[in-house]
Amino acid sequence: MQEFLQQVVSGLAVGGIFASLALALVLIYNAMGLVNFAQGEMAMLATFVAYALVNRGMSYWIAFPVALVLAFGGGIVIQRIVIRPVERAPILTLVIITLGLATLLNGLAGFVFGYVPRSFPSPFSAQSADVLGVFVSYRDLGVIAMSGLVLLAVYLLLQRTTVGLTMRAAAHHPEASRLLGVQVSWMLGLGWGLASAVGAVSGIMVAPILLLEPNMMQSIIIYAFAAAVLGGIESPLGAVVGGLAVGVTINLAGAYLPFVGGDLQLAVGLAIIIAVLIIRPNGLFGRAAVRRV
Amino acid sequence: MSALLEVRDLSVRFGGVIALDRVSFAVEAGQVVALIGPNGAGKTTLFNVITRVYRPAGGTVLVDGDSVLAIRPHQVIRRGLARTFQNVALFRSMTVLDNVLVGDHTQTKSGWLQASVPLPGAVAAESASRKRALEMIDFVGLGPHAQRPVAALPFGWQKRIELARALVSRPRLLLLDEPAGGISHEEVDDVSRLLRRVHKELGVTMLLVEHHMAFVMGISDRVVVLDFGKKIAEGTPAEVQRNRAVIEAYLGAA
Repeated sequence: MQEFLQQVVSGLAVGGIFASLALALVLIYNAMGLVNFAQGEMAMLATFVAYALVNRGMSYWIAFPVALVLAFGGGIVIQRIVIRPVERAPILTLVIITLGLATLLNGLAGFVFGYVPRSFPSPFSAQSADVLGVFVSYRDLGVIAMSGLVLLAVYLLLQRTTVGLTMRAAAHHPEASRLLGVQVSWMLGLGWGLASAVGAVSGIMVAPILLLEPNMMQSIIIYAFAAAVLGGIESPLGAVVGGLAVGVTINLAGAYLPFVGGDLQLAVGLAIIIAVLIIRPNGLFGRAAVRRV
Repeated sequence: MSALLEVRDLSVRFGGVIALDRVSFAVEAGQVVALIGPNGAGKTTLFNVITRVYRPAGGTVLVDGDSVLAIRPHQVIRRGLARTFQNVALFRSMTVLDNVLVGDHTQTKSGWLQASVPLPGAVAAESASRKRALEMIDFVGLGPHAQRPVAALPFGWQKRIELARALVSRPRLLLLDEPAGGISHEEVDDVSRLLRRVHKELGVTMLLVEHHMAFVMGISDRVVVLDFGKKIAEGTPAEVQRNRAVIEAYLGAA
């Protein structure tokens, strides 16, 4: 039982990481009906930026917010330069562009930082605490707390502030929003910035576990897709619940199903995507797609 | 003294189809003007040009004597124009209050940075804005339902929410696209009473598109009739009802 609970807690920790990246995917999906295949690579690049800052002697707790601010700005720049010119293009065009963007950012990171895996600092001690008889590592607790804070901040921004309200309005009904005075295109820019910053959190949290290199996020993005699909691709809450569920599932599968082990965990993530799309395409929190003709 | 809204020689083409053909008319401040005509006459197209959704092939639209064709769609509201839509364009997953608050956000003078950080000034502006929004929701008679999501509410209520959202920006000119369309007979009288109050109590000038003739004749000071993109008549409701061209457009030539 004790070991089971420990597996669940570390599942929640990786789940929080998936949840951040899944939330980033959901934010952009809600804003423009687009799955951003470059989200993972954007997070990876932001993590390299944090790495470079820490390497130059900046304290982790300063480098972390600075990297998020830079990721936010970078997201806006990408929306303005790469996405905005093709905003009205067919969705397939946009998907291909995000795939191209992913390749470009991956190559850029390799060009600048190289492909040698680097160890990334974790601010949390590697020791464990005894919580009611269950040994939980401070790292897991720290990752859970950080992810929780970020998700809470995004929730408050979107639900409790005027800018969040206008961002939701612009995503929901661009034409009507425009006539109510909303600058829809800038709201999309803010959406990309926000998604980029939220995604960056997942990169910075996962880097101490996986080692930092340009391909670091390529498995994480699969889990994030699984989380977003499981939660219902339009639901921010679903992304969080989906992320935690996927994290716990792959961790338990890795620990208790001998044939899965550490090697087939990614296959479990992919199986979740396929199963959800077959059994419940709208996910746990999604609404059935009904269109008025 | 120029009219509040003046449409001058306005033409719109979609490919080979002429949707509007050199249409001119004016709306003076304080008036209620109705735009009528058979389906496809170009009424909604005209609304869409005024609110900068479509670009005209020729002609101008003046508000207070200044052209609105040079400004961007999100700036239209700052010239005192607001509109409602034929099929209701609400933010369906949001509450009634949030929908109306979006309509108010241009009135809140803080920029997006202040809007995202809860500073004291922004908090005060936001509570003033909530108060205005709630007043408008009360005005359209939906006060008790302010916190409900709009998606589940009846269509007639949704139209009133859209009206509140348009009114909260304190427009001088309100464009109403079929305010009595798609609602029950009993509700039509309610809407008519409500719009009269908007006109009298809030002093809003109105241009409305409507098919419900009793409604149009009851509320309008003047009526403009379009048929196949051309203006075929203009006058008081009584004059228009006697006009031969109008009768032929609606009933077909004898």
